[in-house]
Amino acid sequence: MARIVVVTSGKGGVGKTTTSAALAAGLAKAGYKTVVVDFDVGLRNLDLIMGCERRVVYDFVNVINGEANLNQALIRDKRVEGLEILPASQTRDKDALTFEGVQSVLEGLAENHDYIICDSPAGIERGAHLAMYFADDAIVVTNPEVSSVRDSDRVLGLLASKTRRAEQGDAPVAEHLVVTRYAPSRVGKGEMLSVEDICEILSIELLGVVPESNAVLNASNAGVPVILEDGTDAGQAYDDLVARYLGEARPQRFLNEKKGLLGRIFKG
Amino acid sequence: MSATEAFTLKGRMATLSVLEIIDPGQLFDQLDQRLGQVPGFFDGMPLVVMPGPGVDFSQEAFAALIDGLRERGLLPVAGSGVPAAVAAAAGLGVMRNPAGHERAEKPSPANNGAATGQPPAGGRDNPRGPARRVDQPVRSGQQIYARGGDLVVTAPVSAGAEVMADGHVHIYGALRGRALAGVQGDRDARIFCQSLEAELVAVAGQYRLSEQLPGRLRGKPAMMGLQQDELQVEAL
Ligand SMILES: Nc1ncnc2c1ncn2[C@@H]1O[C@H](COP(=O)(O)OP(=O)(O)OP(=O)(O)O)[C@@H](O)[C@H]1O
Ligand SMILES: [Mg+2]
Repeated sequence: MARIVVVTSGKGGVGKTTTSAALAAGLAKAGYKTVVVDFDVGLRNLDLIMGCERRVVYDFVNVINGEANLNQALIRDKRVEGLEILPASQTRDKDALTFEGVQSVLEGLAENHDYIICDSPAGIERGAHLAMYFADDAIVVTNPEVSSVRDSDRVLGLLASKTRRAEQGDAPVAEHLVVTRYAPSRVGKGEMLSVEDICEILSIELLGVVPESNAVLNASNAGVPVILEDGTDAGQAYDDLVARYLGEARPQRFLNEKKGLLGRIFKG
Repeated sequence: MSATEAFTLKGRMATLSVLEIIDPGQLFDQLDQRLGQVPGFFDGMPLVVMPGPGVDFSQEAFAALIDGLRERGLLPVAGSGVPAAVAAAAGLGVMRNPAGHERAEKPSPANNGAATGQPPAGGRDNPRGPARRVDQPVRSGQQIYARGGDLVVTAPVSAGAEVMADGHVHIYGALRGRALAGVQGDRDARIFCQSLEAELVAVAGQYRLSEQLPGRLRGKPAMMGLQQDELQVEAL
C-alpha cells in the first residue's frame, strides 16, 4: 500500500517545495519507489528544484483531463533510482484540479509506488485542500515566526477535519512538524521563535529542524534536491529528517549555531 | 392508514434565547459593535424576538428588524408580544410568554448592549444538558460550541480558535484563543484554564480582551466569572 504524504504549511514561501524535493529524494535513496507531485498548478516550480524543467512534456492536468496517461507525464529522475516527478501545469489555474481527477491520479500512482509526496500550494483554498485531502501523513512546514506558526495551526485544524481520514472516521492523518530556515542566533536575540516555543504552541511531534542555509538556494539554482548535497548543513538536516520519518532515532543537530568560517576567524 | 407513524410531536423544547428590543433605534449599532468585537458570536443562534416595555412595531418595522437580524447571522424563529399578523409578515411564528411569567428584567444598556441573551425560558430551573468533551487541540479558525451544557477541552486552545458553552468552559491546557461561557446568558458560568494567554474571555456577554487581563496571571492557571456584573479574573 502506498503512503500518501502531503507537505503543507498555509503560509507561502516557507520551504514546502524544498522539503518535498528533499523528502522524495531521501525516500528514493533509501530504496522506496517514490513519486513527488506538484499541486501548485499555475506556479509550478518543483520541476526547477528537481532540475527537470526541460523534460516536462505532459503534466498533472493533462492526466486529469485524459490528454496523457501517467506514464507519459511522469519524469524519471536521472540521479536517484526509483524517484519520479509529476509536474504541475504552468498554464492552467487551480480550478483545473478536480476532486475525482486527483483521486484517480493518486490511485494510479499508488499501484506502483511506496510513497506519494504531494507538494501543496500555499493557502487553504482548493489546491491546498485537494493536496491534503487523501493524505495518510502530513509534513507541516513552519518558519520560526508568529504568522507562519499561526497558519500551520490553521492547517493542522483542517487536517483534523477536512481530510478523507477525518471524514470517514479513520485513524487521523499522522502529523509531523518541520521547522525550516531556523537561525539560532536570531532566536537568541528574540527575533525568532525557538523550536521549543513552536512545539509548545502547535503541540505536535517534531520531525526535524532545517537551518537557514545558503546551500538551499545554491542547490535549487543547480536543480539538485539539497538532500543530495551531503556536505551541506541543510542537506544533512534533511537526511536526518528522512531517517527519523522512517523510524530511526537521530539527535537534533541544528538547534545551535555552528560557527561559520567567518565566525571562527573573528571570534577565535 | 399507515401502520407506522411518520412523525411525532416531541413535547416542548424551550432553550431559546429571547432578544428583548429595548431601544430599536440603537439596536443595530450596538449589535454591530458587539459583532465587531466577537465576530460570529450570534451565528445561527435561534432567537425569540420580543419588544421591550413601551416598544411597538409596525408590520414593516418588525419585518425590517427581522431582516436586519438575519443579515447579521442571527436566526429569529418566533416573535413574542407582537400580533400574529405582524410576526407572520416577517415569516415568524408567535410564542406566548417565552420567559415564563417573569418579564425579563431590564438590563442596563450601557453595560450589556441591546442583545444580552436572557436566560432561556425557565433556564435557572432547567437541569444542564450533558457536557461536551474535546481531546484534540482546538486550532486557529476552529469554533466549538457546547450547546446546553459545559465544555471540557483536554488540550490547548490556539490563538484564533474559539470555544463556547452555554455552561462553564474548562480548558486543561493553554487558552490562547477566545473562550465564552454562559453564551445564552447564564451569569453563573465560569471559564477555567491552565494557562491564561487568551485573546478574549467572556461570560454572559461581559468580555475582556487580552490587554484587559491582569498581567500577573499571564501564563498562569486562572478562573473567570461574573461578580456583580463585572468579569473577574482570579488565580486558580
Ligand atoms: N533552509 C533554508 N535556508 C535558506 N533558504 C531557504 C530554506 N528553505 C527554503 N529556502 C528558500 O525559501 C524560498 C521558498 O522556498 P520554497 O519554494 O521551498 O517554499 P514553498 O513553501 O514551496 O513556497 P510556495 O508557498 O511559494 O510554494 C526559496 O527561495 C528557497 O530557496
Ligand atoms: Mg512551493
